[in-house]
Formats: sequence, structure tokens, C-alpha cells
Amino acid sequence: MSFVEYGDTIKDGDTAIVFLGHESMFPVKVQHGTVTQTKYGVIRHSTDLIGKKYGSKVTCSKGGWVFILHPTPELWTMNLPHRTQILYSTDISIITMMLELKPGSIVCESGTGSGSLSHALIRTVAPTGHLYTVEFHQQRAEKAREEFQEHGVEHLVTVTNQDVCKNGFGVSNIADAVFLDIPSPWEAIGHAKSALKAEGGRICSFSPCIEQVQRTCLAMEEYGFTEINTLEILLRVYNVRTISLQIPDLGKAAEDNSSTGTVQFKSGVPLREMVGHTGYLTFATKSLY
Amino acid sequence: RFRKIIFEKQWFYLDNAIGHTYGTTFEVTSGGNLQPKQEVEETATETKEAGTDNRNIVDDGKSQKLTHDDIKALKDKGIKGQEIVQQLIENSTTFRDKTEFAQDKYIKKKKKKYEAVITIVKPSTRILSTMYYAREPGKINHLRYDTLAQMLTLGNIRAGNKMIVMETCAGLVLGAVMERMGGYGSIIQMYPGGGPVRAATSCFGFPKNFFDNLHEFPLSEVESLLSGTFSTETLPSDPEDNALAEEESNGLTDEKQTSLQETEEESAPETAMEINQTEEQDAMDINAEDVEFKENKEKENKDNVREKQRKQWERRKKLIETAALLREKNADGLIVASKFHPTPVLLALLEFVAPSRPFVVYCQYKEVNQVCYFSCYSSMSFYRCLVFCLFWVLFFLKVLPDRSHPKLTMSGGGGYLLSGITVVLDKGKSDSSNLEALKMEEPSSKRCKVQDFHC
Repeated sequence: MSFVEYGDTIKDGDTAIVFLGHESMFPVKVQHGTVTQTKYGVIRHSTDLIGKKYGSKVTCSKGGWVFILHPTPELWTMNLPHRTQILYSTDISIITMMLELKPGSIVCESGTGSGSLSHALIRTVAPTGHLYTVEFHQQRAEKAREEFQEHGVEHLVTVTNQDVCKNGFGVSNIADAVFLDIPSPWEAIGHAKSALKAEGGRICSFSPCIEQVQRTCLAMEEYGFTEINTLEILLRVYNVRTISLQIPDLGKAAEDNSSTGTVQFKSGVPLREMVGHTGYLTFATKSLY
Repeated sequence: RFRKIIFEKQWFYLDNAIGHTYGTTFEVTSGGNLQPKQEVEETATETKEAGTDNRNIVDDGKSQKLTHDDIKALKDKGIKGQEIVQQLIENSTTFRDKTEFAQDKYIKKKKKKYEAVITIVKPSTRILSTMYYAREPGKINHLRYDTLAQMLTLGNIRAGNKMIVMETCAGLVLGAVMERMGGYGSIIQMYPGGGPVRAATSCFGFPKNFFDNLHEFPLSEVESLLSGTFSTETLPSDPEDNALAEEESNGLTDEKQTSLQETEEESAPETAMEINQTEEQDAMDINAEDVEFKENKEKENKDNVREKQRKQWERRKKLIETAALLREKNADGLIVASKFHPTPVLLALLEFVAPSRPFVVYCQYKEVNQVCYFSCYSSMSFYRCLVFCLFWVLFFLKVLPDRSHPKLTMSGGGGYLLSGITVVLDKGKSDSSNLEALKMEEPSSKRCKVQDFHC
């Protein structure tokens, strides 16, 4: 397996996603001789996982079973160990499209954080693109490096441990796109501009607060970015249910038996709680003139 | 070159725009393009005099001292739009009394009207999907661009995949998938009727090699391919052998007809009504084609016939290749966004997808996806996971100090998505599809799992 290529069978050293049920999944690192405990019992990697097809049902020791899934950036986003607040797939997908990323794109990102977005970016720009990611927290930078190696994508990413607001991205005039998820993005706009290709590129900044957005927009305008656009995206998930509603007894004539029945229908019920706000996404274009 | 193009009530030639970088802004003159500098100096902002509120502003219709005819005269003289705007401001008696914000707004409005500027940008999924949604939403089944973005992500679209795409969105979804795959891997487009629609795909301006691994396959042959009755043996083996080829291709279309009828009969008892409808439609299309073909044959000379045969033979050859690709049943994902009922499409096409791969179904209507969810659920026995969701986007006006607020809320119109991941068919459980699966030595039916979206 790799995060940038599908594999058929599970191999030693792979990261696989164990799927237990609607709301519980977790990643495992497949290793000979290792066991993983689940609420359905033990999974022995050597016999239960290695050599099996991705997507297989694996029976655990207590007779319960789980599915083993091929890792994707989306599944990883749902399962990764949080070191920071992360970006979820809803935001990631709009970022990817609005930054016009595709195979071969060169992207700068800061900060790396837990690497949720990084995996998605690497997936999109592979096999010829590259991600330059900057994280000022040394431990997090180390951890991210380790993860990229484990996931077989280290050739597509460079992790730099420095402060992007002071020292920039460590590259200049090569990026097609820049993504900023830092507390004070306005301080990094200048560096972002110099990291972008001379002929232009796209930039995106993610901020939870509107005050941050305002300052960022002003900074972008100052540096000559155009097409400045701020948006927010919300996801709404539905449970599909069969619902039956009773028909009230209105005292209708006795021969009309149906009046005591119920009406059944299928409906998509919104979850009781939904994410109301993650952050504002500000996009802009650097263009040559 | 030398082509007249009409855009927003302006007409112009594109000749002058060649050689400039993408993102260059042009001003329209009488017919050609003039290239102004990117950033026009803000001429009017020096008017710093401004009122604080509108208590003294009366709408008497006389605040603008220039008459309609005056403005027209200015325009006819070919004066720059910028100057017209300046004139309008100078001749507006109330302008000075307006608040600074209102002044800005006034200038913007006038600029929009008199300073026609056009920016030429590079085509991308972002631009094209925004454009299609704004201009021709009907053609793309009201698929909003953010929904499309989600589809690309949920489907894990990337270089090297082998994707199956079934769309009736003018080729926009196909183009988006192609952009994300960057020419690596292969795409099989399933099409209804006589051929795939790729009007939007051509707007992307992909290099030629992107099309090398783009295959197409008629949706109407899916059933016969699944049941193994798909006809490849009777195909003409030699395109030069004219007479033979002609005969055989005739026989072929006949066979196509019969196989279609078969599939219709086969599918009728077990699948939903919708599939019948679509197949009937397809059958009609093919009928029409057949008739047309015969008529043409009578009229046209032999060369044309040969040319046609050759093309047809090539098409058949490609078809066989595609069929072979599909038969491997190891596609890396499935994207459905069509005007058809998604349930039969999904159930049939999922057969071609390998286990542990994502699929995404777009539908404009929530109810239809609900039905789709349930039929997935029941037909493949067991536990599945689907997410079914709608996206909302809030847009912000250019955010400015003291004036930030959402521009508009778009909701509903963007459509709904149903997505999940395939898994290996459980061979222990017995159901009708299991027999078939064992026969083919392939996990043909998959269950899907619920993706939890951390909501």
C-alpha cells in the first residue's frame, strides 16, 4: 500500500484502517507477530491481515468481525492521532479545487500540524508534484516526517522546521499554490507571495475568526493579490431512516379501518448536531503584471 | 483568430490577447481588445468629502445633471469609460452628501456599467464548474462546484487510478476527474445513448495524451457484459475486407438489438422501473441509428461507406478494449452524476469496482438518494456505510473593515451526495448474487461501510 497508490493485498509495514462499525475506525500498522485488540477480540497480524485483500472481512478471536480498508487521505483524516486541531475533508476538498491542484503542482503549506491536509495535498499532486510544508513546532515537525516515511510518501514532501512568519517557506518562485493555517496569516502573506511562481498562483488562508480574515484580506490587497474571495463551507450529514407516523383517531366512521393505521415513509434525518463553523477560507490569486 | 465573440453584451476579437499571460485584464474598444494596465489608479477616491448619513438626501430624480442623451453622446464619442464615470460623479449633486460607503458603492456600480474590462484566465475545474453552475446549471444537473469538489475528494481521485465515470453533466465531471489524474491512469466513461457528451471536457484544453487512456463504453451494454453475453467474437476482424465487414457489422447491430431485448427481459423482474426506461430509450436510439445507417448507405458512395466502416470498426475495437478493462473488475472508484435514477446505475456499475474503493453518487434530489441508499442496503445484505450529505456554502463580500458580512447563502440547489466504500462480498452468507460471484471467482458484490464524518 501507499497513500498515493492502491495495492490489492495487505503487506507487512502497511498502515490499514480497521473498520468496526458506523462510528469506530482506527488505523493499525501491520507488523509480523503483532496483535491488535478490538472490542470483538484479537486480530493477529501475521495470520489475519498479511496477504489478505483490502476490503476483506476479518474474523476476530471472539467471533466478531471487522473490515480492513485501504488507507486514503480521507480515512486517515478521520483516524489520525491529533496533535493539533485538524482540517476535515469538507474543507480540504474545496481548498484543493480552489487552489487548482493537480498532479505536478508544487504546494507550500504552513503549519503542518497533524498532517491531515498534507496527506490530501500529497495525494493530489503525486506523482510529479511536491509539497513544502513548514512547521515551527519541532516535535510536530519530527512526527510528521516520521508519518510521511511510514506512509511511503516521503519523496513527495519536504518538512521544514522554522517559523513561516519570520523565515518564510524556504523556497521561492516555485509554488503553484500556498496554503496558510496559522494564527496570524497576515504576517506570512509577503513570504507566500515570494514562494509563488513569478507567473502567478493561488493562495488560501484558513482562519476561524472574522478579525483574522479582515487583516489577512488587507494584507493580501497590500501585496497585490487579486480575486480575493472569502467563503465558508458546511457539511450536513443525514441518517436515512424509515419513519412511521400514526394517523390520529378523528372519530371517523367505524367501517373506515385504515384511520387507525400508520403511514410509513423514508426520510433523510439531519443529525442532531452538526458542525456549525470550522473556519473561513480566503482565496486569492497572484498574477503577473 | 478573427473570430467574433460575444460576452456580456460586448463583442470582440481575441486576436490581441495572444501572447499575454493568463490573468491579464483587457478593456474592450470598438471591436478589438485594448490592454490596459492591471491596476487602474483609483481616480475617484480623492473625493474625500463625504456626508455621514442620508437624512438630507431626497430622491427627486434630479440629482444627476447629465441627461440620458448626454451620456449617449459621451459614449458615441468613444470616450474612455473611466472618464464617463468621473463625469457622472461630478454631475451628481448628491454624491458629496453621501456617506463614504455609499460613494464607493455608487462608483462601483457605474464602473461596472461603463468600464468594460475582461480578464482572460486559464481554464480549470474551479473556473469551469463555477461558470457552468452560474450559466447553465441545467446542463450539469445543478451540480454546484463545491459539491463537485467533494466528489473528487470523496472519490479519492488521483494520478494512476482506474476510474469509472458515469455522467450526463456535459463532460464537466469527466474533465474534473481528468484534471485530477493528470494523464496518469485510465478512465472509463459510461455513456447513455449514442455517444459520450464532452462539450465541457473540451473547454479544459487538455493535452492530447490525456485522451490516450480515456475509454468509453455504452451503458446499454452493461447488463450483457455482466451476464457474460457481451458479443465480441462476431466482430469484423479485417477492416479492409469491405463486403464482409459490412455484412458482419449489420449482423452485429442486429445482435446488439437482440442482446438488448434480452437484457431488458432479464432486468425487468429484478431491477427498478427506471432501468427499463433508460434501456428502452437506448434501444430507440440505436434503432434510429440503424435506420439512418441504412438510408445513408443507399445514398452515399462507396468511399464514404468504407470510411464509415473503418470508423465503426475502430469504435468497436475500442469498445472491446474497454470491455476487457471493465471485465477485470478492479476499478479504483466509481463516480455517478447523471440525470438517470442512480440506484440501477450504482448497483450495476459497482460490480466493476475492486474492494476497499470509494464510490460517490451525485443526485439533485434528496429523495432519490434515499431510495438509492436503501436499495444498496437491502440488495447487498448487511452493513453498509454510506454517507449522505448536502453542502452549504456561505460567501463573503470582499471582507473590509466594518463592512464584512455574508454575501449570499446558497443551499439546497447544490444537490446531494451518497458515498461509501466497497468491501469484499461475504461468501458465507447466501444470497442470490453470491452464486454468481462464486461462479466468476470474483468478489462481485460489495458492501459498503458507513463513513463517519465527524459532524
